[in-house]
Amino acid sequence: MQRQDLRTWLLLVPAGAWFLCMLILPLIVVFVFAFGERGAAGGYVPAFTFENFANLGARWTAFKNTLILAPLGTLACLLIAYPLAYFLALRASARWRTLLLILVIVPFWTSILIRSYAWIYLLGGQGIPSLLNALGFGNPRLINTPFAVLIGIVYGYLPLMVFPIYVALERLDKRLLEASSDLGSPPWRSFLQVTLPLSMPGVATGSMLVFILLMGEFLIPAMLGGGKVFFIGNALVDLFLQSRNWPFGAAVAVALVVVMLVTVAAYLRFTRRWAGGRDDVSLM
Amino acid sequence: MTDRKDFLTREKFMQELWRYKKGSVTRRHFLGVTGLGLASSVLGSAVPGLRSAAYAQGSIGDRVVVASWPNYHDPANFDAFTAETGAAVDLNVFGSNEEMLAKLQAGGSGWDVFVPTNYTITTYVEQDLIEPIDLSKLPNYDAASFDARFADAGTVNGVVYAVPRNWGTTGFVVNTSMLGDLPKPSSWKEFWDMTRAEFSGRTMVHDYQLTTIGNALKYFGYSFNSIDPAELAEAEKLLLDAKPHLFAINSDYQPSMRSTDAWMSIAWTGDGIQLHRDMPEIDYVLGKEGGELWSDFFAIPKGAPHREAAYALLNYLLNPEVNAKEVAFHGYPVADARVNAILPPEMLNDPIMYPAAELLSPLEFGAAVTLTDPNRAELMARFKSA
Repeated sequence: MQRQDLRTWLLLVPAGAWFLCMLILPLIVVFVFAFGERGAAGGYVPAFTFENFANLGARWTAFKNTLILAPLGTLACLLIAYPLAYFLALRASARWRTLLLILVIVPFWTSILIRSYAWIYLLGGQGIPSLLNALGFGNPRLINTPFAVLIGIVYGYLPLMVFPIYVALERLDKRLLEASSDLGSPPWRSFLQVTLPLSMPGVATGSMLVFILLMGEFLIPAMLGGGKVFFIGNALVDLFLQSRNWPFGAAVAVALVVVMLVTVAAYLRFTRRWAGGRDDVSLM
Repeated sequence: MTDRKDFLTREKFMQELWRYKKGSVTRRHFLGVTGLGLASSVLGSAVPGLRSAAYAQGSIGDRVVVASWPNYHDPANFDAFTAETGAAVDLNVFGSNEEMLAKLQAGGSGWDVFVPTNYTITTYVEQDLIEPIDLSKLPNYDAASFDARFADAGTVNGVVYAVPRNWGTTGFVVNTSMLGDLPKPSSWKEFWDMTRAEFSGRTMVHDYQLTTIGNALKYFGYSFNSIDPAELAEAEKLLLDAKPHLFAINSDYQPSMRSTDAWMSIAWTGDGIQLHRDMPEIDYVLGKEGGELWSDFFAIPKGAPHREAAYALLNYLLNPEVNAKEVAFHGYPVADARVNAILPPEMLNDPIMYPAAELLSPLEFGAAVTLTDPNRAELMARFKSA
């Protein structure tokens, strides 16, 4: 018994050390910096002030953009990914399934930076808008709008949503659907009462993955938002890499962590209730 | 005598040479099997006269990391440098001096050469982020041939910390075919007014506090370098008012100007030249209220990982003939009289490259204080996140 405990602990050492060095210690540094002052040429000077937190209102728009577009992006990903995952798991023949799954991953072989550049041209005036114009749909402005950012988000994050849902649906016991049908349920009710609840763990995992990453996203808004659709991630990049106000940047980062913890906790609570108190919905 | 395995007979040597010539073995195989590779690298390092041959053997390392500005280097010159020295040029592009300073302050930038602007150099020296230039390693640098107005900022307290790259102005480009009945704008006042009216959704400003705030200050006729809180407050009001009308906030404005998504943008000389060269309807304008006159420099950060390669690259680019090719590519004027002597007259007479004296006289060099002033930095950050 003793020895087994020791072995468990030893096996946990690498992961523990990793989390300590790469997560806990940096978070402590960020927390301490948040109470400091900006140096004369930028950077950090030790101090104890709440001024950085009092100033958070100056980044309200960035928080607001993130808190609107991250859930919206997650929802859009979900609405597109679910039917796709459903098709892959339950409808596609085994022969096609592998190929189609690979096709979902293929875009990851190219850097998101390069693919975002491609979107700049697609959404720019010479791209999709000019096509729409030729078809008589007017000449809408797409690039550098929240809509462009949303497209980039769905495009970039879709696979992260497809796979967890696919895995959940693929494990689904088909006999449950037969039983449901035998008991007189039309297909839509079988879906709502059997398939959907049983795939909720996948939905929750996928949504969580996408949402958490989106809260820290900065590349897509910077490239497709033209510096006009500012996420809190962009505000952070700006504070550290342009205006060099590390203490204020640290305070914004702390605020972001708090906002994320609150949202994620609320979301978990909500989905757990929705799935009828099932424990395996939870990620934690 | 012992058996000399490494001995190569004449017959065998000729045989290997023919194999190499026919292409059936690689150069590396040939040099290795004949011992010529080893011999030349020993010679190269032992005989000072053969140092340039040592370049070819890669003694300066296999790369040099450069941090610079968009559309500022002819890739062909970098390729030629790599062919000559074996060191590949790894180019990183930045949109503001603040970004460069932030990377160096954070440490571990990995840069060997970067291109700071005149007003930032004293700060780099104070912060101990750049090293004095060892001029003995730059035989192509001739201080006397540089116009002092654009070279002086590289010298701090009598020590040369940076050698001149190019100089230029900050004005704006405007696509005149989009003007309609409007007269061509000639002032920063018109720039900002048109942005909020006829050109709404079509104007770009730099992601760079110095030029974007500076030219908003010019709207009111204030100094480009102002750090006066009341004047900055007015500039901020203008910027926030204009923001919904902007196409983008980005220092790399050429792609959008070329695709005609954007019709007007704050711009630097060389981008004005490059755009005007390919699309004559795009004109470069210096606001008559003034604006920025600047000079860029090459500097070497403290702890540059490929220092020798950095000096080799600087020396290469300071060669007047190479520099003239750079100028022909990017269209930024140089302060080096040796380069101007070989530039074609149409470049020297180009009004965008060398504006008339009365347009240059109201321009200001950036002031060191603007780089570190916390209010300007935070104003820009607020403007972007608004």
